[in-house]
Amino acid sequence: MSGKLLKISADLVSRIHAHGVETYPYECCGALLGRDDEASREVRDLLPLANRRDDSPRNRFEVTADDVLLAEKTAREKRLDLVGWYHSHPDHPARPSEYDREHAWPWYSYIIVSVQEREPRDTTSWRLRDDRSGYDSEAIESPALSATS
Amino acid sequence: MAVKVIIPTPLRAYAGKQESVEVQAATVAEALTSLTSRFGELKKHLFAEDGRLRSFVNVYVNDEDIRYLQKDQTRVREGDTISIMPSIAGGSRG
Repeated sequence: MSGKLLKISADLVSRIHAHGVETYPYECCGALLGRDDEASREVRDLLPLANRRDDSPRNRFEVTADDVLLAEKTAREKRLDLVGWYHSHPDHPARPSEYDREHAWPWYSYIIVSVQEREPRDTTSWRLRDDRSGYDSEAIESPALSATS
Repeated sequence: MAVKVIIPTPLRAYAGKQESVEVQAATVAEALTSLTSRFGELKKHLFAEDGRLRSFVNVYVNDEDIRYLQKDQTRVREGDTISIMPSIAGGSRG
């Protein structure tokens, strides 16, 4: 565990699930906008984004630097911070892959939702370790996930 | 030449919690070398083991992507601003 708690409302979790179902069998992706302080982090809004990986969208996603800039701008306009990213793993567990690890930075929260045969299943959150050796699971506090968080 | 490097939020913890750092450099490569020699912990998040910028790390000089300039040999001038921006990538298969 990373030690911090990621708070997110049931409504926002359902929106991530709905996005994952909508794009199934392709991966969905988007930005997590919220607040971060010493003790906890709270997601207050989402910015769904297009998966730019046209070549293999079933098992890859990409958010371009332009979309990252858009996410930062959107966060600023809402007086929030860009605190992380979400994406789906269609027909695959909600665990980060080696590819995820190579393409990540610490500090961000990375929410992964597993979508099995068009049904959202596990929802997890992860933070990359400082030394890039792997991810620590981040506890999610959400009424929508009381059984799994 | 003194140039300003904007540190993205996720990496500020490795740069003394600063939003930007001023370095002396004539090229982008020199600026990033100066930055990472001052803040060693930044290096592994910007560069892969082979010493190249990680594929998802984008660098801009005054909002121009260095890929469309002279890459890390892009020259910088007094007062220029270098920004570092990730693209976000991942996926379910290793």
